[in-house]
Amino acid sequence: MIESKRLRAGILLPPYLWLLLFFLAPFLIVLAISFGETAIGVPPFTLGWPPSLFSWEILAGDSLYLRAWGNSLLFATIATLCCLLLGYPMAYAIARAPGRRRDLLLLFVILPFWTSFLIRVYAWTGLLRPNGTINEALLWLGLIEAPLPLMNNAFGVVLGLVYSYLPFMVLPLYATLEKLDATLLEAAADLGATPRRAFLSVTLPLSLPGILAGSLLVFIPAAGEFVVPDLLGGPDTLMIGKVLWDEFFTNRDWPVASALAVSMLVLLGVPLALLRRAFAS
Amino acid sequence: MSATKPRPRPSPATGDEGAGIEPGKEGAAPQSFVRAPPAAAASIVRIEGVRKRFAGTTAVDGVSLDIGRGEFFALLGPSGCGKTTLLRLLAGFEQPDEGEIFIDGEPMAGVPPYRRPVNMMFQSYALFPHMSVAANIGYGLKQQGLPRAEIAARVARLLDLVELGGLGERRPSALSGGQRQRVALARALAREPKLLLLDEPLAALDRKLRERTQLELVALQRRLGLTFVVVTHDQEEALGMATRIAVMEKGRLRQVGTPEDIYERPRSRFVADFIGEVNLFEGTPAGAEGGLVWLDTADGRLAGTGPSGAIALSVRPEDIEIATHRPNATNVVVGRVEGARYRGDDMVVHVRLESGKAVRATRLPHAPPLPADADVFLSWSPQDAVALAE
Repeated sequence: MIESKRLRAGILLPPYLWLLLFFLAPFLIVLAISFGETAIGVPPFTLGWPPSLFSWEILAGDSLYLRAWGNSLLFATIATLCCLLLGYPMAYAIARAPGRRRDLLLLFVILPFWTSFLIRVYAWTGLLRPNGTINEALLWLGLIEAPLPLMNNAFGVVLGLVYSYLPFMVLPLYATLEKLDATLLEAAADLGATPRRAFLSVTLPLSLPGILAGSLLVFIPAAGEFVVPDLLGGPDTLMIGKVLWDEFFTNRDWPVASALAVSMLVLLGVPLALLRRAFAS
Repeated sequence: MSATKPRPRPSPATGDEGAGIEPGKEGAAPQSFVRAPPAAAASIVRIEGVRKRFAGTTAVDGVSLDIGRGEFFALLGPSGCGKTTLLRLLAGFEQPDEGEIFIDGEPMAGVPPYRRPVNMMFQSYALFPHMSVAANIGYGLKQQGLPRAEIAARVARLLDLVELGGLGERRPSALSGGQRQRVALARALAREPKLLLLDEPLAALDRKLRERTQLELVALQRRLGLTFVVVTHDQEEALGMATRIAVMEKGRLRQVGTPEDIYERPRSRFVADFIGEVNLFEGTPAGAEGGLVWLDTADGRLAGTGPSGAIALSVRPEDIEIATHRPNATNVVVGRVEGARYRGDDMVVHVRLESGKAVRATRLPHAPPLPADADVFLSWSPQDAVALAE
């Protein structure tokens, strides 16, 4: 009994220590910096007492941050919905495919992870540019007369987000759909439900955990995304991750950047906690 | 009661009990899910030359079968014999490669499951885990587009029918195995199907519950006047419940008949062997005389009753007499006792014959012990030896 308790502690301690050291401690440091003031020096801030609310006032006062926040939520929401609409049929088809083909299809979903995320997103610029492959092809075919604005706008950002995070939607959906007992659908059909009704009343509600897991896995990183708005976005598609990057590296304003980071965590953490609560009940 | 005060009755054919209390006992009953059979009660199911192949194997191989209205019909056979495929063909989950299926006179080719007047109770029950018991039972009624109040009323009646009143709000996961079985049954009955298909309905229940449920299923079927087609691998279950049994092997029907037919007059070694314990003596035909069929077997010339040209005799263990001295009987074989198994209500004696064949015979549980090192004589009447043509 005592031994097993010790064993448990021994197993649980390292990950907890890890999280404490590399997640909680940095977070507290960032929180502290957000109450500091910028300074010219190394590090580029000073901490004083009483804590300075200067960077939080900037955050509240400048509409740029609010817009970046709103954009992050908006683009992440649209991207999540698109991923769901695209990913659900994909996951469904994979789950229903016969054994060997299923493995192959799953491999195709995972395959993009084998190349750098940055390179994959950058490659899209080659396709979407005004003189990129897609526009050149459409012009050559005579379907358009002037290049379409495919990037440096909201379209480019959402496209990039959907492309980047689609696998995170497909995989959890696949996991729940694959477990779904096919006899339940036969039972529904036997009781007079058309395939559409059977899907809406049996498949969809039973795959809700997968929908939720996939949506969170897409929404959270998409809302904090920096690479996609940087490469495919424009001046009107500021997202919080991009602003954060600029504050840190371009403006070297660590306190504001830290305040942004904390606000982002709250922004993403609160809905997550609410969702968890709703789901548990 | 009826003995003291006989009442005038409209029909002399009606039995004494309950006459005058419940006049419509056998006919249309008050409950709406009782279906009075039409005057010209043709067969409810007609299967004509149906064949179904799955990647390489033929699951159902040329089956033709008629099932009458109000029958309790059992499809019996070992696993892989095609009985479940046949049931799924009736439900519409599979389409036959050849042949045709008619249900209530209508051809079923291309008719999807959700348009068939048939409901099925699944072996796994297939209850919807995200719905309450009441929602499960009402699911089929909801698909029919009935008003909510009517669904609720019918669900309540069905819950009472399967003795689950008060459990409507529970989730299936909060029920016992026996209760889940009843929910599955109620759900399958809700749409008042012309034909109820039951796939191994008792397989998931423990032994005691299984016996009680057998009786309840039969009573329910009689009361509702529905046609039941039940798939089972358990011959006791089939014998105990069905009005008719079809024994299947390798996708074909081997024999169709009443439980008595199947048990007492099997036509093949397969059927005789599958339905209960038998001893099979194989041999070559050696003529027929005086209603008896003779066979030359490795254990001598033996007599039985059945078609001439039979190639085997089937003798049940309970029909074999064991003696320590040679009896004066038509069929006598000699062997040594290898062991005995006490089974409570009887004792199974394993005897090795001189030919090397193992034979089982039953005795009373408290019969005096048999010598282990001396010959014993087994005998049986030719009337108890069923001659089998295949």
